[in-house]
Amino acid sequence: MSGRASRTGRSLLLLAPLFLFLVGFFLWPLFSMMSQAVSDPAVLRLLPRTAAVMPDWDRQSPPTMPMQTAMIEDLKAVDDDQALGDMVRRLNSARSGFRTLMSRTTSALQDTANPPADLVSIDKRWEKPDFWLAIADALSPLTDRNLLAAVDLGRNAAGEIEHLPADQSVNRVILLRTFWIGALVTFACACIGFPYAIIAASLSGWKRDLMLAAVLLPLWTSLLVRTAAWFILLQEQGLINDLLRGIGLIDAPLPLIFNRTGVIIAMTHVLLPFMVLPIYSVLITIPKNLMPAAASLGAPPWRAFLRVLLPLSLRGVASGGLLVFISAIGYYITPALIGGPGDQMISSIIAFYATGTANWGMAGALGVVLLVATLLLYSVYARLSADEPGRR
Amino acid sequence: MPMKLAKVTFASLTILFLVAPLIAILPLAFTSSVILTYPIPSWSLRWFEELFFADAWRRAIVNSLIIGTGTTLLATVLGTAASLGLRNRVILFRGSIRTLFLLPMVVPAVVLGVGMQVLLARFGLTNSYAGVIIAHTVVAVPFVVVSVTGALAGIDERVELAAQSLGASPATVFRRVTLPLAMPGVLSGAVLAFATSLDEVVLTLFVAGPNQRTLARQMFSSIRENISPAIAAAAFLFIAATIVIGLVVVASRSMLAKRL
Repeated sequence: MSGRASRTGRSLLLLAPLFLFLVGFFLWPLFSMMSQAVSDPAVLRLLPRTAAVMPDWDRQSPPTMPMQTAMIEDLKAVDDDQALGDMVRRLNSARSGFRTLMSRTTSALQDTANPPADLVSIDKRWEKPDFWLAIADALSPLTDRNLLAAVDLGRNAAGEIEHLPADQSVNRVILLRTFWIGALVTFACACIGFPYAIIAASLSGWKRDLMLAAVLLPLWTSLLVRTAAWFILLQEQGLINDLLRGIGLIDAPLPLIFNRTGVIIAMTHVLLPFMVLPIYSVLITIPKNLMPAAASLGAPPWRAFLRVLLPLSLRGVASGGLLVFISAIGYYITPALIGGPGDQMISSIIAFYATGTANWGMAGALGVVLLVATLLLYSVYARLSADEPGRR
Repeated sequence: MPMKLAKVTFASLTILFLVAPLIAILPLAFTSSVILTYPIPSWSLRWFEELFFADAWRRAIVNSLIIGTGTTLLATVLGTAASLGLRNRVILFRGSIRTLFLLPMVVPAVVLGVGMQVLLARFGLTNSYAGVIIAHTVVAVPFVVVSVTGALAGIDERVELAAQSLGASPATVFRRVTLPLAMPGVLSGAVLAFATSLDEVVLTLFVAGPNQRTLARQMFSSIRENISPAIAAAAFLFIAATIVIGLVVVASRSMLAKRL
């Protein structure tokens, strides 16, 4: 008994380092990305005194005197210009006009010679309740603004969820485009990969080895090398255009790069192995005499395929398709290098928000959308491959 | 047999589609021209010279080797230990723990990159080798776990029990029996971890500073900004390395197969 207990203890000790490493550097980053998406501390951090008196306000009447004094105290205490800028940007996005209002207010407050009595004497706009409403709403440390904006929704003045105006609705287009490109690539991979796997499984010896090696070689090759190779092939002076012109099929070079065609071709090439291998591994478990049996019973080849081979191999096609689709929707490098501005997928937009504009809230919110979609599809995939006979 | 002809044509065309791009890029590594197109005017090694002596490329190669080595060591040690722990079937939540170990393969790199940048900034680890090695290890470790778990599953437990019954202590059984039998899996896991680190771009974009530019990162920005045949030379190195890596993996697999 004690031997078994010590064995368990040893196993736990062996598991612990990687477990802790992944909790710290895998789960925690994902968690902080998600919390970026819902956290909204820009205003609360600078206006703690205002936050304390705000709940007493009825949200309709002009601001009370304690609110104004608290705000003056808070603004005087601000010594971080960057934090102030963040707060103003956040408030301005909720109610335009805050930028000028805040800069006038802060410069008036710095005038120590004749200090202003209250905020309204600095600017009449401080009398309006809707500015204070914007502040009151922005004081909450949690927000669903980014998550809603990620799918082009927002809250109106009354707090109801509604569609954003068309000129702000860019994310849904990009999400649809991401899933569309993913679907096209999956379809192309299935059209090429399924017959390819059937042929490979029907062969033996060096012919089968050759067909499998042709799938494995690109799989092992660096993604960047493959993308660079397609860049060379697809460009205007590239091999494909040269070849087509050489045999006289076209006069002017076809536009193959920096557009959707190029992205689909390159991504299909990169992801095809993920379609072929699962289908192949299902096909080789199917007894070889089933098709001849169907034929001997009088089924024409197409019927034998539809009624025997297709149903038996469908699980492989489904796992392959899911694997390709999951990988495709998260793609960043290939669309970034081969695609044009109209082919950028959700990953590029996340990268743009994160590194381009440092809008961590939006980067996190779109990241949550992509993560949830990926994990849902993966759980389906995991169930499919767990059902595999012989694996359990 | 028109059916057979169609099959052969289809298979040949698909093989061409899969392999031709990789072959087409190779001769361009030896062009003397400054543009990356055919026909090649004359042969030259100038782009390999550029690769090994131009400051940006040489530093990128050195960085890739540093980061790749660090990642390989960390991922192999963590992954091998965890795979040994996973052998014990009485561990609670064994399936969930295994899923956690494999999940970094599934999560989109950009999503992980955003989170990683936020977190490493909190620890002051952005723009450091340690940060990049940690990020690469997260995505490399599943390959080690898969590879070592596979090798361990192939070990006949009776061999270990026999050693035990002959009086070997658990440490001796591990050192003299389990580890040597699992070695091919550990080796191919290490090779895959190194290859993953070598090819990783997205996380590197998020967590590395200008001083940690890796070869893959340098290739990415070079394709984006000023494409030159240096890319083809770098691709040549990558493909050569791939073939070597592939041979090592195949050799270690066949070593494993012979032991069984």
